[in-house]
Amino acid sequence: MANGNGKTGIGEKIKEVSDKVWGSQVAESILRPGSPFKKGYSDSPRNRSYVVMNNVLYHLHPVKVKRHGVKLSYTLCLGGLSFFLFILLTITGIFLMFYYTPSAETAYADIEALSTNVAFGSLVRNMHRWGAHLMVLSVFLHMSRVFYHGAYKPPREFNWVVGVVLLFLTLLLSFSGYLLPWDQLALWAVTVGTNMAGFVPVVGNEVKFALLAGVEVSGATLLRFYVLHVLALPFILVIFLAVHFWRVRKDGGISGPL
Amino acid sequence: MTEIPESLLRRSAEAKAKALGLPVEQVLAEMKGEAPPTPAPPSVEPEAAAETETTAAAEMEESAERSAEIEEAVEAVDDEPAPKEEVPAEPAAETEPDVVADTEADVPPAPPTEAPPIEDSEEALTPPASAEPSDEAGPETAPPSPPPAELPPEGGETVEPAAAAVTTAVEDRPTPEGDGAGDGAGSGNGADGGNGAGNGAGKVAAVVSTRPTVPPKGTPEGVRTQRLLTVVKARAIQTVKAEPTDKVNTWPHLMLMEFGALLAITGLVVIMSVVIHSPLLDPANFNATPNPSKAPWYFLGLQELLSYFDPQIAGVTVPTITGIIGFMIVPFVDKNPSTRPSDRKFAIALYSVFLAGAATLTIFGVLFRGLGFNFSYPWKDGVYFDVLKDWVQFE
Repeated sequence: MANGNGKTGIGEKIKEVSDKVWGSQVAESILRPGSPFKKGYSDSPRNRSYVVMNNVLYHLHPVKVKRHGVKLSYTLCLGGLSFFLFILLTITGIFLMFYYTPSAETAYADIEALSTNVAFGSLVRNMHRWGAHLMVLSVFLHMSRVFYHGAYKPPREFNWVVGVVLLFLTLLLSFSGYLLPWDQLALWAVTVGTNMAGFVPVVGNEVKFALLAGVEVSGATLLRFYVLHVLALPFILVIFLAVHFWRVRKDGGISGPL
Repeated sequence: MTEIPESLLRRSAEAKAKALGLPVEQVLAEMKGEAPPTPAPPSVEPEAAAETETTAAAEMEESAERSAEIEEAVEAVDDEPAPKEEVPAEPAAETEPDVVADTEADVPPAPPTEAPPIEDSEEALTPPASAEPSDEAGPETAPPSPPPAELPPEGGETVEPAAAAVTTAVEDRPTPEGDGAGDGAGSGNGADGGNGAGNGAGKVAAVVSTRPTVPPKGTPEGVRTQRLLTVVKARAIQTVKAEPTDKVNTWPHLMLMEFGALLAITGLVVIMSVVIHSPLLDPANFNATPNPSKAPWYFLGLQELLSYFDPQIAGVTVPTITGIIGFMIVPFVDKNPSTRPSDRKFAIALYSVFLAGAATLTIFGVLFRGLGFNFSYPWKDGVYFDVLKDWVQFE
């Protein structure tokens, strides 16, 4: 297209190239109908629906949501933030797993090396730690928000119960991660924590023994907490998360306005 | 009639305008009653639309009276004319009442367009199939109007057995629109014949009769000109109980919000991580118990309780009851159906007390517990919480 002087402008060239890329067979095959990146996407109610329906991640959401739910002041996005933090913790946690061995001999040295020798190691470890604390906080605040809105009332009773399970799983995840640096803070915080579990009547000592893999914190405890932390508890948590999200949708979306 | 929201009206108008090929603004103005009606396209006869419109309006009145009674729909179809007649009757029956319902019957004869999105109820399903045995009955029912010559102008008194059979399950009612049609035959027949079936909307949801119920002249006595095709339960087709709610598209409105939240929380975590370093104390040493030994902060409230009460109470009863059992049974204990804060002051107060208590205990455990887990002032004796030690300094 001429722009006055018969030359093609840089903007037009970019458009030409991007049209070629996004109109190619590869892009066409990847992008489902309604994707905003698809060539020729236009903003229409139909396409707005497709964006949500045709995307594996977005389709957690309904096509439309209640208007009041979009306001930040209603939910403060606390449930969403908890989920984001979980994702963030998964990503940073996978990074940390590359540099960590769950044995009493090497664990501490691994953390030290991670903080000093590994590129971005300190940053990622910090992110993992503060993200975990924030997640405990946001899950708890999410629960408080739900309570204050009375959003646990029928038909959402079961989802509230699932949510309580998720809170305890979050606490357990955070607690099991506490031991992994194998420093004085970790050792004695876990000692105090598991001692509290030992006060449970009838099964207290059994629970404590199962957690510690012995009568007191040891190298076996470290391995146990590690496996719980990186595999067992996230696995259970994801299952409950799926049920939680599913029920949010099936119980009629987020609760009504006050 | 309730006020129709502008957005809904606009969507209906857009659909209609698309179907008719007219400007949206014009159709919208028409729907609001601000502009003269546009003549309907030839596909539907104006009288037909007008007829069905009044019928639908009358039926809506009836249904409002007795909508609870709607049990089933009898589809009685005259089998004498060409079978194609059956087809167009259906969409007309489904869409017409919608248009009427939207525009409150003072709207000009409108062809059936896309059904407006929200208005649906049993009325919407009730077809306006009033089998008026009149000259106008032909165009009324279906666009390809059958030749009126076939229809007997009179014959209202001839109650046909088949028609009566169809309407046995139907409460006989005088037809409100019978006099509107302007022929006594129609109303007379309607009172006891198939017309009654059509108007007995209270009882029957859908009687689709493409032709009048009266047999053509010369039909021998006792010959059925109508047959029962099927019985359709009105509720089986569609029952919508949900109230229309104000909704917005997830994309882009909610997604944008969530993306902003994602960025904000990631930013917060990154900034925290750059500024505050995770603690890493000396290597674990079983022989050196730090003083004080504190649990992670989210268990510190519990540890605080442990220092007051017997471990059996503080370590077991309180957290178990408040934590696991207490929280999980909340929805089953709280029988108050209201979610308005003013209606649930007790619940809110209870939770607030719990929240304040937990926060106080935790803060107390973090900041005000020093050597030997004894009381200490953080500004005097320092902070005995290792996570905070590195970056909170009191001089």
